[in-house]
Amino acid sequence: MLRIAPTFTVETPTTVDEVVALLQRHGPEARVVAGGTDVMPNLKHGLYEPKVLVSLGRVQGLDGLDLSGDPLSLGALVTLHRLAEHPEVRHLLPSLAAAVGHVAGPQHRRMGTLGGNVCLDTRCVYINQTYFWREALGFCIKKDGTECHVTRTGKKCVAAASNDSAPPLLTLDARLEIVGVGGRREVALDDFYVNDGVKNNALAQGEVVTRILVPRPAPIRRFGFDKLRIRESVDFPMLNVAVAFDLVDGQARRPDIVVSAIAARPRRVKGLPEGLLNHVLVAEWGEKAFQSTRPLPNINGDVEWRREMVPVLVRRAVAAATE
Amino acid sequence: MNGPAMTARQLITLRVNGDTHEVAVRPNHTLLEVLRYDLGLTGSKQGCDKGDCGACTVLVDGEPALACCTLALMVPPGAEITTIEGLATKQGLDPVQDAFDRSGALQCGFCQPGMMLSARALLNRTTTPGDAEIRAALGGNLCRCTGYTQIFDAVKLAAAIERGEAPPHAPGAAPGHTVLGGRHRKADGHLKATGAAIYADDIVLPRMLHGRILRSPHAHARIVRIDASKALALPGVHAVLTGDALPARYGVIPWTEDEQALATDKVRFVGEEVAALAAVDEETADAALRLIEVEYAPLPPVLTPEAALEPDAPQIFEGRKHGNVTKRVDLAFGDVDAALSNAHHVVRGEYFFEGTAHAPIEPHCVVADVDARGLVTVWSSTQIPHYVHRTLSKVLEIPADRVRVIQPALGGAFGGKSDPFGHEIVAAKLAMITGRPVKFLLNREETFYTHRGRHPMKMSMALAADAEGRLTALDSKILIDGGAYSSFGLVTAYYSGQLLAAPTGYATYRFDSTRVFTNKPPCGPKRGHGSVQPRFAFEIAVDKMAHALGVDPIELRRRNDVGPDTTTVNGQRITSNGFLECLRVVEQASGWKQRYGRLPFGRGLGVAGSMYISGTAYPVYPNDMPQSGVEIRLDRSGRAHVMCGASDIGQGSNTMLALIAAEELGLRPDAVRVTSSDTDLSPVDLGAYSSRVTFMAGLAAQEAARALAGEVRDAVAVKLGVPSAEVTCGDGRWFSLRDPATGMTAAEAFALAEASRGRPVGATGGYRTDRNLGGPYRGGTIGASPAYSFTAHVVEVEVDADTGRIDVKKVWAAHDCGFALNPTLVEGQIAGSVYMGWAEAVMEEQAMVYGGPNPGLLRGPNLLDYRIPTAVETPDIEVFIVQSQDPNGPYGAKEAGEGPLHPVLPAIANAVFDAVGVRLDRLPFHPAVVRQALRCAAADAAAAPGGTGRC
Ligand SMILES: Cc1cc2nc3c(=O)[nH]c(=O)nc-3n(C[C@H](O)[C@H](O)[C@H](O)COP(=O)(O)OP(=O)(O)OC[C@H]3O[C@@H](n4cnc5c(N)ncnc54)[C@H](O)[C@@H]3O)c2cc1C
Ligand code: SF4
Ligand code: FES
Ligand code: FES
Repeated sequence: MLRIAPTFTVETPTTVDEVVALLQRHGPEARVVAGGTDVMPNLKHGLYEPKVLVSLGRVQGLDGLDLSGDPLSLGALVTLHRLAEHPEVRHLLPSLAAAVGHVAGPQHRRMGTLGGNVCLDTRCVYINQTYFWREALGFCIKKDGTECHVTRTGKKCVAAASNDSAPPLLTLDARLEIVGVGGRREVALDDFYVNDGVKNNALAQGEVVTRILVPRPAPIRRFGFDKLRIRESVDFPMLNVAVAFDLVDGQARRPDIVVSAIAARPRRVKGLPEGLLNHVLVAEWGEKAFQSTRPLPNINGDVEWRREMVPVLVRRAVAAATE
Repeated sequence: MNGPAMTARQLITLRVNGDTHEVAVRPNHTLLEVLRYDLGLTGSKQGCDKGDCGACTVLVDGEPALACCTLALMVPPGAEITTIEGLATKQGLDPVQDAFDRSGALQCGFCQPGMMLSARALLNRTTTPGDAEIRAALGGNLCRCTGYTQIFDAVKLAAAIERGEAPPHAPGAAPGHTVLGGRHRKADGHLKATGAAIYADDIVLPRMLHGRILRSPHAHARIVRIDASKALALPGVHAVLTGDALPARYGVIPWTEDEQALATDKVRFVGEEVAALAAVDEETADAALRLIEVEYAPLPPVLTPEAALEPDAPQIFEGRKHGNVTKRVDLAFGDVDAALSNAHHVVRGEYFFEGTAHAPIEPHCVVADVDARGLVTVWSSTQIPHYVHRTLSKVLEIPADRVRVIQPALGGAFGGKSDPFGHEIVAAKLAMITGRPVKFLLNREETFYTHRGRHPMKMSMALAADAEGRLTALDSKILIDGGAYSSFGLVTAYYSGQLLAAPTGYATYRFDSTRVFTNKPPCGPKRGHGSVQPRFAFEIAVDKMAHALGVDPIELRRRNDVGPDTTTVNGQRITSNGFLECLRVVEQASGWKQRYGRLPFGRGLGVAGSMYISGTAYPVYPNDMPQSGVEIRLDRSGRAHVMCGASDIGQGSNTMLALIAAEELGLRPDAVRVTSSDTDLSPVDLGAYSSRVTFMAGLAAQEAARALAGEVRDAVAVKLGVPSAEVTCGDGRWFSLRDPATGMTAAEAFALAEASRGRPVGATGGYRTDRNLGGPYRGGTIGASPAYSFTAHVVEVEVDADTGRIDVKKVWAAHDCGFALNPTLVEGQIAGSVYMGWAEAVMEEQAMVYGGPNPGLLRGPNLLDYRIPTAVETPDIEVFIVQSQDPNGPYGAKEAGEGPLHPVLPAIANAVFDAVGVRLDRLPFHPAVVRQALRCAAADAAAAPGGTGRC
């Protein structure tokens, strides 16, 4: 059996301040763990070699859902299952509920948290493997090595953002509440993700995400999500797409499309036309999304096919949005 | 001196199944490890190492969670954990457990503790779950045996029990039988339902050491030097082994012994065993493994079968007469060339079948122990204890009477555990060296290197027909990628041709199959060994022929059906044959006549058929002893004890043995105990392969039981004062036929028999195949079977033209198993086979690395990258049993475990043609491939006439 190396201790703080203090004390040797559904496989694969695991599980006050005000507030420890099943979340944030309902399987969704999903590490067919396998292949930039097997030449890791919550949250203009030694700050999710597969977010040393804040959507705003996968359960995205637009009298305004599971950073599609919402308009959106997307052989699935599926997913996400 | 640095244990309190436990846990230990190894709650299983399979599912405060992805120290204080051991109450089984047992859902049972807990959580929310809800709730629990069909039934039955609507279990029996043909619970059903069944990794012995294997990172390299001194010096390490300690070559087929427990001179695939060690715990073993230094001189790897045949190809084994060719079989029956040139129409095609893995949810595991007398006992997750026994004796160089092999409960095999393996030998050797028990539990990745999966095959077939639609010739040429060792490869090469001549026959036949070595994990027998691939090609060729001739594909098969009591073109004797009935059943159930060729674009139906063996005429090593032996002893308590070497790998052979004994001896099935696959206690049976167990062990059991029944009958007749012929039995009683009220309990009857003979009442039975089966030519006996099963499938697909995704809406599967000794188990075998074939068609593929610097590395050897289907996307499977009553099988029975896999793959391909007019001749049918094919077809159509629009 794959065993985790016995080289770390586990801390179970109960307040955010303690979390921050622990992270501060142990610096890069500490790693936060929430539901653990990604941290655990990564530990087994030797991708993480912390000295201290700081578990958020017992921290009070991080599992709140406040849907009464503006912005809506989703605690970092709220489980994906709870979000996916929550009637009001499904009503107010349908694409987010759909997306987190598409994450992994029922058990993962009950363990996995929104904060963990937002902060999920990038993935690559060459990295989410055992130490033996990675060593047999030759280590790569993301861990233990200096080359990238995807780009062959590049000096940058292009592992893919693979979290399903990111596209819908981006189209919802979500912000993150982050607490660190310097206190509390807010960051637009758009500024949170960066284009580096080694670490694709802007969390500084010692920081932890405490809440996800979502501006209360206007009633005219429509949201949709779709995901490309082979199995209909327990499958990371080969591509995922979220759409959002205002719909008034059949006219689509302020369209927003985010495509992910292609590179380290989810990609927002630019220059989307407005107009009467019909298949012509949606095809134009699909074409724009296609033009701005260049999948790499970083995750499973034929690259050309994944790219061709972009307009298809856009269409299906729009259909979901107008259901 | 200390071992490797480890963080200290911490004392925690866990609430499990209502009990409070104080345990000292290491920070790196998962809840699963603590439950299994510290608390002894081994019902929770470990399948994938890391969150991919759901076997470790437990309930935490009523909600399903993965114990392998939870550190024990992270379990919230006060959380109530429920494991499978906590489900049953003093009142008995939980309705979920009861229903899973009754529905046949507990095949190997390995996935089921987790599955049942997920089902329990669902039923806690609702007692009226819909189909989609059930599938979704079980979507995180992979099952490899059942195809989920009987699991869905079980959940619905459990819900009905909870609603108070389900009738009590009444097994019934087939007409003329008291037990057989009834829907009996499995002999080990309650054990599997409660998590009490003991699998190899559940065995923990005092002073047990843990083993690890060092594997080659190179596909092809010479071993220059191995230095294990640093590893050996690490405190906690008890022994390190290298190949020189176990030089003997072995292999399951005595003519092709080319394996070694640990490589000595060179390595031939990534993952090959190079060294092994035993240490006090797994962490120390892991640390020690990294201290072994191996210097390799890499050699150019051979990664495709074509490359293996190049004149200047690197030689994988030096000095072999045939170089990289492991076996070539070239046989011809009749004048194929003449038939081809005289044909009205010839269909030619090239087909490709990618390799696939068995992926049972239980990884390979072995525990070895040597007692004070020097007796070596090996508990292994094997389906061939007898061959393991022989191999251990040979490689360890100790007499066979010093070796005992026991197969505990087995968590799925499908052919993947039917070779003797290096880890078994190494475990025994390390136990001998250290004087302590040693366990090896392979991780999921290692199971992909151990492999023995389905061979990739490149197939070229020409099928000829006359103007009346009679098939006149099949000309087949197959290149088989064998991987690095022979395994069953000799047989594979034969099976790739021998098993194709029925049920749809042809007048002349030639096949030329070549298996070659490549630097990949060795291929072997996977469910439907050797014949699933050519069957795929052939059944598509038949479909193409039907279209070319303008004949309905079912009609074309009818026209060329070989029928019962006949001999095939290659000399195989066919007795019972229910293929036409299978065809009729699926034709009707699917609405074929009304719907075939008439569904809207994107929807389609496809048909295919197949046959498979019920055991083979020859054992793998030549001898005149029985292929299967059974011993039965009766006890004055009214119990029968059946002993047989046959391996119950989840298919239910223990149940089959119990039911036969119960039928013959007038017992209720629960009065029969079965001790199987323990080489010290049970007579030899060759193992669970070639679909031989029901047929052979069944006949042996019948023979032994009948002999005993005769003795009991005589004694009872004397007592009742009636002729023996007037004594009968059933339901735990022996009585007079004329006056059923006059009689006695089975216990009294057995006591009479014991008293009348003055010795315990026991008998043996054996089965030996008629050696004259098969054609009179070299190799004619390979593939010759005492009986053949037949199958027909109709599949309905929907092809999503946007994505290329093939959605199999429904599979109608009819299988002729001769006679269903227990219909529930037969249905489970059929549904599980259909699932496995469908999975190979649409998603599975054991392929090499995506690119990169080590091209001999397997692509994602884990259960996330190597996708096996979940409950959500598995198609609706409707199963039909056809019973042709085989004249030689036990009560008319023949196999059901492998045959029903074959037709589904070509039937899907044929259905896709019906749906969108595109031929898929290469597996698997990835959406990307399907979409590309659709695009090519569209381009072709646009460029018509002549179709030059190749894309
Ligand atoms: C078989 C399998 C399939 C999966 N499929 C999918 C899928 O389809 N889609 C998908 O999106 N995910 C998938 N996942 C990944 C994972 O289950 C989910 O993303 C889940 O939401 C992660 O949440 P968690 O709480 O378990 O995160 P953890 O594993 O605890 O943490 C994930 C990462 O986030 C960091 N982190 C966690 N919480 C915080 C916080 N509050 N502040 C700062 N950093 C934090 C951790 O340090 C870690 O780097 C899958 C996992 C498995 C094992
Ligand atoms: S993208 Fe390149 S560097 Fe990053 S994980 Fe994959 S192979 Fe490694
Ligand atoms: S063992 Fe936990 S998910 Fe496989
Ligand atoms: S019964 Fe599910 S894996 Fe065997």
